[in-house]
Amino acid sequence: MLDEIIINQLQAIVGKDNVLIGSVNLTTYSYDATADVPHAMPEVIVMPTSTAQVRKVVQLAAWKSIAIYPRGAGTNLSGGTIPLDHGIVLSLQKMDQILEIDAENLTATVQPGVVIQDLNNAIAPFGLMYPPDPGTVTTATMGGSVAENSGGLRGLKYGVTKHYVMGMEVVLANGNSVRFGGKTVKNVTAYDFSSLFVGSEGTLGIIVEITCKLLPEPKFHKAMLAAFNIMEDAGKTVSDIIKAQVIPATLEIMDNMTIRTVEDFAHVGLPTDAAALLLIEVDGMAELVVAQEADAVIRIVEENHGSLHIANSDEERDNLWSARRAALPALASLNNTVVLEDATVPRSRVTDMLLALAEIGRKYRLVLGTFGHAGDGNLHPTILADKYNADEMSRVHQAVEEIFATALKLGGTLSGEHGIGIAKMRFLGNEIGDSGLELMQAIKNALDPTHMLNPGKLIPREEKTHVSR
Amino acid sequence: MFPVEKSIPVRTVYDDLTAIQSELDKCMHCGFCMAVCPVYKTTKTESGVARGKIGVAEAVMAGNLQIDDQDVVDMLFNCLVCKSCMQNCPTKVDFGRIILALRCAVVREKGLPWVKKAIFSTLEHQGVFDLGMKTGARLSGLLFRQAGQQAIAPRASLALLGKSAGFDQNRRLPALAKKPLRDRLPDVLPVENPVARVAFFTGCSFNYLYPEVGEDLVSVLQENNIAVVIPRDQGCCGVPVLVHGDIESIRRLGRKNIDAMDNSGVDYIVTGCGSCGGAWQHDYPEIFRQDPVYGPRAEFWRSRTYDISTLLTDVTGYRIPRGQVNAVLTYHDPCHLKKVMKVSREPRQILKNIPGVIFKEMARADACCGSGGSYVLTHFKTSVAIAERKINDVNHTDADTITTGCPACMMQLSDNVHRFGRRQKSGIIFLFLPNRTAKRKRRGYSNRLILPNAKVAATFTSLQRHWKEAKAF
Repeated sequence: MLDEIIINQLQAIVGKDNVLIGSVNLTTYSYDATADVPHAMPEVIVMPTSTAQVRKVVQLAAWKSIAIYPRGAGTNLSGGTIPLDHGIVLSLQKMDQILEIDAENLTATVQPGVVIQDLNNAIAPFGLMYPPDPGTVTTATMGGSVAENSGGLRGLKYGVTKHYVMGMEVVLANGNSVRFGGKTVKNVTAYDFSSLFVGSEGTLGIIVEITCKLLPEPKFHKAMLAAFNIMEDAGKTVSDIIKAQVIPATLEIMDNMTIRTVEDFAHVGLPTDAAALLLIEVDGMAELVVAQEADAVIRIVEENHGSLHIANSDEERDNLWSARRAALPALASLNNTVVLEDATVPRSRVTDMLLALAEIGRKYRLVLGTFGHAGDGNLHPTILADKYNADEMSRVHQAVEEIFATALKLGGTLSGEHGIGIAKMRFLGNEIGDSGLELMQAIKNALDPTHMLNPGKLIPREEKTHVSR
Repeated sequence: MFPVEKSIPVRTVYDDLTAIQSELDKCMHCGFCMAVCPVYKTTKTESGVARGKIGVAEAVMAGNLQIDDQDVVDMLFNCLVCKSCMQNCPTKVDFGRIILALRCAVVREKGLPWVKKAIFSTLEHQGVFDLGMKTGARLSGLLFRQAGQQAIAPRASLALLGKSAGFDQNRRLPALAKKPLRDRLPDVLPVENPVARVAFFTGCSFNYLYPEVGEDLVSVLQENNIAVVIPRDQGCCGVPVLVHGDIESIRRLGRKNIDAMDNSGVDYIVTGCGSCGGAWQHDYPEIFRQDPVYGPRAEFWRSRTYDISTLLTDVTGYRIPRGQVNAVLTYHDPCHLKKVMKVSREPRQILKNIPGVIFKEMARADACCGSGGSYVLTHFKTSVAIAERKINDVNHTDADTITTGCPACMMQLSDNVHRFGRRQKSGIIFLFLPNRTAKRKRRGYSNRLILPNAKVAATFTSLQRHWKEAKAF
């Protein structure tokens, strides 16, 4: 627990109600949505309501060498918000104002605590959408989502968070705030700071304002479900669709393990003997174009021996989607611990990855189901395990290691959308090499020399800069 | 009848906290509950939402926190038990069961605070409770002033005292009935060639606060050719005591109610309150599950208990009223009606079928109104903040009338429409009023609101202080 003087100073900055202490509060900020990572209690939770307050908290923390853990809604899946060094959890959820919706420039400016879905609801009357749509869209905050560079179901056609951030205001470790980027589509002034801070996982600065790009909401869409008897046909369908120059908004895959579990859980009428299912949705502004794209997809599925179910109404479309949405909860219902990874490969290697994942599950005798965003190569191998079974958990860890090694071998990446956090930090060097690690550390040292911001995450620690409390 | 002593105490999660571990293990900590939790949306703190409370429960189970730690107790009671989180939970964690099991564990550890013990034991002694309510009704003229047609407000001097508890002069409360519903109605209300015989489980709110609404429910049933029985020995359903962790009291109340219904010779039990209906559909079967005497009887009534709207739409069929009601209506889904009894289509079907009614759906119609029984007393500020969001959603429709299917929601909405409402009529109308007014214009009980008066406010405040010390505890 921080000494009383510091608590009093924090209360003076943000108000008494916005400083949370006591063992109950500290316990509730000791975790995030990640399974199987260490938990740690902060010493205090501070909920600022303005940029000025954030700056003052950072200045106080810098002066007293206290670690700061910025946090949105804590829905992240890489342990990125766990306060390993205790210190201050800086919850930005009360900075939750949509500052501007500029329909003329197709931009919105928001505070970090705005929930993504709330932004979407606010811009819907303008016929606009903010395309990044992580599975946690109804709860995750814009700030957290930008800091983690989250992805989602529409990544294939619409890209991920980093493609929609145009500008920002960030509070740095020295307490200064800096603005960069803005509403102009083109902006080549200075370094591309937005790209530096998007996905920085709270280790370089604290995001206090975001200007993001909006798109017109597509007026037409067509969804379909394709079942395949062999995995290779499903994989070939994915690459054939892209090869035919059709870019679906969604191109999701589920393996047999997932199909059977979803069917047991939700009884939506899925073919339980299929090796794989693809959920495909094409969308666009012109009915004819959408119809032509749908026809092309149908032809390719049939050429690859898939059997099709096409949604002809909004209700049928919702039904198809409910199967995909049930994938994670259905798998999760099998046991008490869900290890959900996001290893990603180039989409031409999706089949290889899926086959390798099934083999890894067999090899380590684990319940492993895979679903995910086949269209962009971002797969979610999901392992269900019993946290009370030490032997099983050790097999889980070996399997996870092999999953990442396989993804890298296939030319992929450790993380497609969840980030590195603490969960994948030890693998980072395998992807970016020693020189990559050195570059990461050089940037970290330049911006946050005492490693005050989210220490212990993303960047492996150097002992000499370790904040010790 | 079966003597109470012979029934065997049963072990449920409410009797043994360790049994809750497997339910806790189902939580993935994904935080989806944040999207719908009314408390979290107000406080934005993890201890407000189910995930946070589960995190604390895990720490309690692991021995890292004590269940009787005052912070733990405060957190556990800062929940409306609205069960919204459960609707949005991907892995279907039964949070309602978790929170009540934890509260029961608190009560085992600390005992009930005296003020709760006193109130709850009154509930079990129907005669005493009845007397108290009737006395209260007689005194209300002294203590409250009227607001609107029949509403009363606290007299200024006393209102000051109650201000901290939100018991200020703007607070609108329904007047206690001078004559409770069960004293107004005969035991049996026959009809010719009935399509069904039902027992009306009145619950406390209809009996003491909204007896006119209760009368309307009965006459709607009669007009639909349903014979109604009002079993004399029925009492409180017990949900209000269970939510305070008092498992023993709800067991006693449950046995009494089961006995009363068993003796009534009816086909179905009808309720007008989701908590009462939920008690029959879920709580009694669960708390008597291993009880050889009451278990099978609770199980018998489980599938024979209906909300009045379901009985009319799905079981007996109902007549569409011939009269006309020119109103633009919106409907608020009571939590326990929608989330426990799964009733949401039926009330809308009934409302939309009333000639002249224009039905406007509000955004988040099933978002909690913040009432939560005693939550409005113990956490007034949060409760009003939650209600403000609800009334804002109503304001965005162009509805002039709010309807709902729960007396407690009626009370909360009536109070807060005065604070935040735009153009709705001052009162909130129970589901079937439009139906009734179509036939005969009656005194609008929706205006039977009172504002607290001096002495009441003072007594109330002191009671509330004790209640809060319980905090409860």
